[in-house]
Amino acid sequence: MILHTVNKSPFEKNTLISCLKHCKPGSSVLLIEDGIFAALENLSDWTEEIAAEIAQTEEIKMSENHWEVVTFLRDYYDEFQIAPAVRVLTKAIGKKFGKEKGNSKYLYELFPYGPAKQACKIAGLPKPTGCI
Amino acid sequence: MSEEMYEDDEYDGIVKKFMYVNRKAPYGTIYALESLEVVLIGAAFDQDISLAFMDDGVYQLKKDQDTKATEIKNFSPTYRALEMYDVEKLYVSKDSMDERGLTEDDLIVPVELVSAEKMSDILEEQDVIFSF
Repeated sequence: MILHTVNKSPFEKNTLISCLKHCKPGSSVLLIEDGIFAALENLSDWTEEIAAEIAQTEEIKMSENHWEVVTFLRDYYDEFQIAPAVRVLTKAIGKKFGKEKGNSKYLYELFPYGPAKQACKIAGLPKPTGCI
Repeated sequence: MSEEMYEDDEYDGIVKKFMYVNRKAPYGTIYALESLEVVLIGAAFDQDISLAFMDDGVYQLKKDQDTKATEIKNFSPTYRALEMYDVEKLYVSKDSMDERGLTEDDLIVPVELVSAEKMSDILEEQDVIFSF
């Protein structure tokens, strides 16, 4: 009997799915760190509540400006089926919300560990393609 | 290495001419999706990128793809994001289009239709060619 551990958010990586594929009846799964998001009800339905919850673990207090970016990312993903690279995001944000927001300083102030890593996580999206 | 390190055009490395040759149908093998992901990575590193589509590869750009029945993600909308990554050189073999009864109007993005002769000239100019 194996104890499987999952420490990555199911919104971020396929660790959970991969783990479940290798489970046998009676196996145990231990959810730790961001793996605990796997225990959410309605996994497929991202909600603002979940976003706020994820933000809290990232120690980010969601302001109107944070929501603006997160909502933008979800719309972008809907349209293009990928999360944008930071460079592309920065440009697109500037175009949509004004020049003063279209720079990395602004985005890093909102998401200190990087808009790609943190904002996408909060938006329930995979990391941008090309972000290794 | 994070792509975020190189944002705001601070990265002044060597720029090479990268060509990605796409010759397979979008689904059935992983080639088309893998190619697209490598293109996005190349773009994140500010390389001079071109894409070529020939043989069944032209189907990758076909409008109105519907993958529901196969439960595979329809990634074709991502080709429309390439412009934002400054990937604007998309060459499509006119012969391959003709053989399949396709015209430019059937494609999801603007492309340049080229003869076999022109295509070999373009291939000749490249520093690196990735064949998918």
